[in-house]
Amino acid sequence: MEQAKLEFLKKTAAQVRLDILEEVHAASSGHPGGSLSIADILTYLYFEEMNVDPKNPQWENRDRFVLSKGHTAPALYAVLAEKGFFSRDELKKLRHIDSFLQGHPDMKGTPGVDMSTGSLGLGFSSACGMALAAKIDGKDYRAYAVVGDGESEEGQIWEAAMFAAHYKLDNLCVVIDWNGLQIDGPVTEVMNPTPHDKKLEAFGFHVISIDGHDFNAIEAAFNEAKTVKGKPTAIIARTVKGKGVSFMENQVGWHGSAPNDEQYAQAVAEIKATM
Amino acid sequence: MAEKIATREAYGKALAELGDKYDFVVLDADLAAATKTGVFKKKFPERFFDCGIAEGNMISVAAGLAAAGKVVFASSFAMFAAGRAFEQVRNSVGYPHLNVKIGATHAGVTVGEDGATHQCLEDFALMRSIPGMVVINPADAVEARAAVEAAINYVGPVYLRFGRYAVPTINDFEGYKFEIGKGINMRDGNDVTFVATGMMVSMALDAAEILANEGISARVINIATIKPIDKDMILDAARKTGAIVAAEEHNIIGGLGSAVAEVVCEGCPVPVVRMGVEDKFGHSGKVPPLLEMYGLTVENMVAKAKEAIALKK
Repeated sequence: MEQAKLEFLKKTAAQVRLDILEEVHAASSGHPGGSLSIADILTYLYFEEMNVDPKNPQWENRDRFVLSKGHTAPALYAVLAEKGFFSRDELKKLRHIDSFLQGHPDMKGTPGVDMSTGSLGLGFSSACGMALAAKIDGKDYRAYAVVGDGESEEGQIWEAAMFAAHYKLDNLCVVIDWNGLQIDGPVTEVMNPTPHDKKLEAFGFHVISIDGHDFNAIEAAFNEAKTVKGKPTAIIARTVKGKGVSFMENQVGWHGSAPNDEQYAQAVAEIKATM
Repeated sequence: MAEKIATREAYGKALAELGDKYDFVVLDADLAAATKTGVFKKKFPERFFDCGIAEGNMISVAAGLAAAGKVVFASSFAMFAAGRAFEQVRNSVGYPHLNVKIGATHAGVTVGEDGATHQCLEDFALMRSIPGMVVINPADAVEARAAVEAAINYVGPVYLRFGRYAVPTINDFEGYKFEIGKGINMRDGNDVTFVATGMMVSMALDAAEILANEGISARVINIATIKPIDKDMILDAARKTGAIVAAEEHNIIGGLGSAVAEVVCEGCPVPVVRMGVEDKFGHSGKVPPLLEMYGLTVENMVAKAKEAIALKK
């Protein structure tokens, strides 16, 4: 990847992280840990990978994105705002009574949100439906989904995996956000869903394992996915929950709690120091 | 006796016929032979997708297809479409108000031999509690076909209930017109009103005939759309006949009887007697003895009408 592009992506992802912190702090609630872990992947998707038009969010030939792990909506809202789907001023209204930024994504209320999600296990199936629609209509748009590692304990994720492979949805790419933590503790201790790579391969996926914070690896994976024919692609992205904020990294407690004023100031200072 | 056809048969046939006129896709969960979506599959294999025995996934896939602009029918037995996949119907389809039509067959005790696990008696209660969900229960083959076409033309989620058991055709009269949200006055009467849905409508017509011989004048209303319910027609019946029997092949909790009672209590309080399965699970058996066992009979309907009349002040 060219240095300028890499710098742009890093800077954008840092801004997305600042946005996430701003949103969750202003809401005094929300899910910072899993939002920060997917900040780089979502930044790449919206600023490099996906064919979308912020001026025409309902453009019928756009690529589709489903945040199956809907509780990390702050990350999605941040990239949508940075991309220009709506004003950045909206971000500090997350979860407020007068805001269209619901606690979990609402496709009817928020420009750029392609599917309402939040109840875990459902979104991946809907991304399959979108990919199938493209096949039926002979269109070349692609469908992307981000599934949480804890979310993969839901049986429906594997129903969707069967469906995607059965119908050869090679226009579908799912990212498993492997940050290793869920509410009750480490994913492997709560209810071990691993190995994702071998399981998804057995289900009929082309599987790519990467460092989910390495833009070169992210780019290579998405490019590879587009060359795969006859089967869907799964990208297992090793990530750090709370990535970018020292006291949040790899801490279960930051799954679903907001920073206080002091913690927020420190978190912002840490991210800004990288910019 | 009018021709008897199961509404599921009419459903499959309607999909296959209307597939020429409208662009929609059909999903099923390994029950295409039973739900009769197989009739559509045979004619339009490229627009039919079997999802296997995974109803939750099917409903969320349907939501994705609808979000991408397709009109989608998703079929399974009522137990699995409304029961197993309730949360997917609520969150993937209902919340974003997507254009998914749930074709649920094999509802009620008339499933017969398969017994309680497959005899869904709770689907009206589940589906009508979802905001924005249209709930339709056709009374016969004529209405089933009309309801399928109306669902295609309606933008938004629709739950359609069909039965396995062959029922008499009662809507093959001139001037029949199906409209979502509109009841149909099947017979005029002054002493009591049967507000019935599905297969109970033809029974209500028979019950009204028996009552007439006893000098009791019973009105009969066919409520195919459980939600949004035809308040005007029900309140008119409450005002003019002063007593109502609500009849359905469903638990008396949460279904048509509850919906009618809600309307009547708020608009014109008169006695409402609920007739249906009285908070019980189903049972294996042939349909006629099952209907006897659960009191879904013309005789019981006559008794319920007298009960309602006796409650009048």
